[in-house]
Parts: sequence; C-alpha cells; structure tokens
Amino acid sequence: MNRAEPLVLGIETSCDETGIGIVRGRTLLSNTIASSMDEHARYGGVVPEVAARAHLEALQPSIEAALAESGVALADLDAVAVTSGPGLAGALMVGVGAAKALSVSLEKPLYAVNHLVGHIAADILDADAPPLEYPTVALLVSGGHTSLLLVRDLTTDVELLGETMDDAAGEAFDKVARLLGLPYPGGPEIDRAAASGDPKAIPFPRGLSRASDMAKHRYDFSFSGLKTAVARWVEQREAAGEPVPVADVAASFREAVVDVLVTKALAACRDHGVPRLLLGGGVIANRRLRDVALERGAAEGVTVRIPPLSLCTDNGAMIAALTSELIMSGRAPSTLEFGADSTLPVTEIQVAESA
Amino acid sequence: MAPDYPGRVILGIDTSLGSAVAVVEPDGVIRSQVESADPRGHAEVIGTLIERALAEASVSPYDVTHVAAGMGPGPFTGLRVGIAAARTFALGRGVPVVPVASHDAVALELLIHDALTGGYEDAVDETFAVVTDARRREFAYTLYRGLDDDGLPVRVTEPALAPRDDLDAVLANVGAARRDADRIPAGMLGLAAARALAAGRTIGPADALYLRSPDVTLPHAPKRVGS
Ligand SMILES: [Zn+2]
Repeated sequence: MNRAEPLVLGIETSCDETGIGIVRGRTLLSNTIASSMDEHARYGGVVPEVAARAHLEALQPSIEAALAESGVALADLDAVAVTSGPGLAGALMVGVGAAKALSVSLEKPLYAVNHLVGHIAADILDADAPPLEYPTVALLVSGGHTSLLLVRDLTTDVELLGETMDDAAGEAFDKVARLLGLPYPGGPEIDRAAASGDPKAIPFPRGLSRASDMAKHRYDFSFSGLKTAVARWVEQREAAGEPVPVADVAASFREAVVDVLVTKALAACRDHGVPRLLLGGGVIANRRLRDVALERGAAEGVTVRIPPLSLCTDNGAMIAALTSELIMSGRAPSTLEFGADSTLPVTEIQVAESA
Repeated sequence: MAPDYPGRVILGIDTSLGSAVAVVEPDGVIRSQVESADPRGHAEVIGTLIERALAEASVSPYDVTHVAAGMGPGPFTGLRVGIAAARTFALGRGVPVVPVASHDAVALELLIHDALTGGYEDAVDETFAVVTDARRREFAYTLYRGLDDDGLPVRVTEPALAPRDDLDAVLANVGAARRDADRIPAGMLGLAAARALAAGRTIGPADALYLRSPDVTLPHAPKRVGS
C-alpha cells in the first residue's frame, strides 16, 4: 500500500446522497454525488426506505462515473473506505455491504469511518485553503445533524462538545418551510423568502440559551421549541384574520437559528482558547449563516474556514479524505467485522481497526 | 494460480432471509456454501462470508467469472445488502451479475431432491409453492411446476404476497403443495445461474423484488400547536 499518497475510493450512503469520492493523498480526483432529494420532496422530508432503495440503484453507476471522471482503475486503488455511521441504518447498510464486497473482490484493505469526522476531513481537499491547523472547533449543520466538535487531531482526537437535543437545524428549516406553505427542501426556500424580510421583526426564542440552560447545555442545541414558536405565531395571526408576513417570519426564524449556531460555536472557541472555527454540513449553503459566522468570527479574532459547498454536503470524497489521512498516519485497516452504526459516537473515528 | 484452481467459478450471494454465499463450478459442482441464519445483521457478516466461501472453495476472487445475485423477495433492509455486495464484487472483477429470483434456488433444490429420490413421475406434475416469511403478517410465495429442458424450475406465477391467514386457501385454490423455506441455498442460486448461462437465458429480474411500496405517510397539514 502506498502510505505516502494513498489512492482511496470512499463510499457514503448515510442519508439521501449516494456519494462516491476518489482522492490521492490530499488531492481530490472525483466527487460524484447522486441525490434522491427529489423523490423525498413530496413527503416533506427524507423517507428512509426511499433513500435506501435509491442508494442501491445509484451505487454502481456512481462508482463507474467516479472512476471515469478520475481516470482511475479499481485495480490501482490502495484502499476502499466507507461510512459506518452515524446515519440512517438501512441506508448505511447498502454502502457497508457494497464496500465489503468491493474490498474482498479487489483484495484491497477496507477502512470503516465516522461520517461526522468525514465532514471535517472535507476541508483538507480544499486546494485553495492553507493547511488545517489544530486544535479547531467544528460546527457541522445539516438535515441529519447539528454538532459542535473540538478537533485536536483529525485522526486521533475529536471531542463532542454538544449536539442537538431534538431536530437537526436542517430539519427545522424543512418543518418551518412546510408550515409557511413552502416546498421541500426548506433551506433555500426560507432563504429566498427571507431576502425581503426583517430579521428583527419577530423575537423568536434562542433554544437552550438561557442562563439556566447554559450550565448543562452550554454547547447543545434545540430547535423544536423554535419551530413550535413559529407555528404558534403564525396561527395567532391567522386566527386574528391578519395576513402572515412570510418574509418577516422566514427572516426572523432564520436569524434565530443562525444566531444560536454562531453564538454557541464562538463561545466554544472562546472557552477553549481556539481561534479557529470550521464549518461543514449542507446547511452551510445558507448564505446568512456563512456571513454571520465570518463577520462575528472576525470581530472575535476567530478565523472561520468554509470548504467549497460541494464538499460541505454529504459526499464520498470526505470519507476517502479521512481514510487517506488515517493511512498516511500509519493506521491499520478495519476488519470485515463491523456493521452500520446509526448512532456511532464522534470519538470513534475509525471502527473495527485490526490489531 | 494453484494448479487445482478451477479458474472459472460462479459466486452466489443471497441475503433475502439469512445471509448465504456459495462458490459453484460452471458444471454445477458446489465447491463451498457458507451461511448465517441471522435474519438481521446481513451487513455485519457479508464480507466475512464471501471471504470464507472463496477460501473453502480454494479459489481467489480472480477465478470468479460471474456473480449470481439473489434478488428476493425478502425483507428490504437485508435483501439490499446482498444485491449491493453482488454488484460491487462483480464490478471489482469486471464480470457480469446474474440476477436470480431467490425462490428459484429453493425450487431447484426441491426438484433435484425429488428427482434423486425417485419421486420422479409425481414430481413432474406437482405444482408447489415456495413460501417465505415476508414479515408484517404476510408470506411471499412463488408457484412452480417441474424442471424445463435447461434444468431450470418452471415458474407458474411470479413472486407475490399473501396475508398469512389466507395463504393456505390461496394455494388450495390452485392445487399447489406448500413448501416453506427458512433459508435460501446459495449453492442452488449459483447452479440456477450456471444453467441460465449455459442456456443463454436471463432468468431473474434486474431490480430487487421488493413486492411492496416503501412505507411512507404523506404529510398532512401541519398540526396546530394551540396558543
Ligand atoms: Zn452529513
């Protein structure tokens, strides 16, 4: 195995994107994504069984497309990588089964890795960015997760500072979009509606931000109360026979989400003396979140890193990138004895490492 | 390559009930067959089972010329693991996947057994149903009658679902004997593939036999939270 610049194919199927990535060392060769998002639109959220069926159909064509794009032959690979968790169990299993058989078929080592840590590794593939420095705080926000991490070393030491106690931030966008009569996915729709709204029009609550919450949940998030507050506000308007100012509701809701995400992330930076914040996850597509993070980060002397959006959403390249780092740091492959772990803790960067 | 390597084998993979993997020679000799009866945990065992089946057959991945994939019917989550594995194994070796309806493997085993034990004349005419658990108080079943000239089981009807309590009446109606199966013999899956290849026929569906639409509830209007 080439440990200096390993050629790795990564398979990611934890939610609704079938991601196949190919990297050589820290160089991105292909980031192929097939999304089943359109199939979920009519249900207003990701339907696990629909996602899992779509993975099975998309997997082989996606691998073939990634190989064609990168000009890599399967026989040239140094290793196969796969997401073991966290994520939707049935969806993860498709990738796990596929990766194991590919590894045995090619007689190449297999690495089973953590999806959340993969999001951090995505940053390494950004050719235009300076090298990732440690320690860094990482804020990962998507439809499936909202996590605040302290990364001392990507391959050995990632600590969970906090996470959402109920809905993921992306889910909150979807649910509020629905109650405003906007289509799925909610993020871009809320953004569009918010463009002409006043973010200060309605003082929606910031979850787990009161002094009494901060002792136990300093870095945790909660968005279900916010969603309920928006629903109640809209209902009261309707009951009074008044029009609902969709733009103001969208802008004020979005501001509440962004404010709490950025406030807690910067608090983590301050508390741990870490002047670096890395953003990841599909919700980073939200322009307001990026702008507020950059602006308030700069004001507090925190450098905010934002990988290109194609690397922020779920993808296989980040799984390959994390595995490439594991290989370069001398780690042994995983055994074949692992499964899909829908609640894999972030401290388990690699699973089933062979002795 | 070791001298006793056949150099040409079919790898059979099925996870429609438990997980089963076999290595079969083109003439039908089963070189190995390994399985896990666990109706869950397919993703956990699939890699090890493929490795063991190859080792016990004394072949390497390079000897595999085709991968026979059990396409179901079966509970979705497990079924997909084997199909995904069959497809990527084949991709890794640059060889074709041969899809096989999983019930065909059971039917083939029963028919070969009948032929060997002398029940030949009865067996030819008997219509029988291969029946497997489909969960949610339903069975999956497929009707068969005898072997055709290519040595493949003749499917009288395609795989279908029936409520547990209705199945016996359904089968009595068509005069079919009920043959319950709680495992899919991967060796027979490989043999069915070998016979299909020899005859130049496609016998299985390209896509998984789910037989059910995904479970989804259309979203209702957001429920009122009250004030
Ligand atoms: Zn993600």
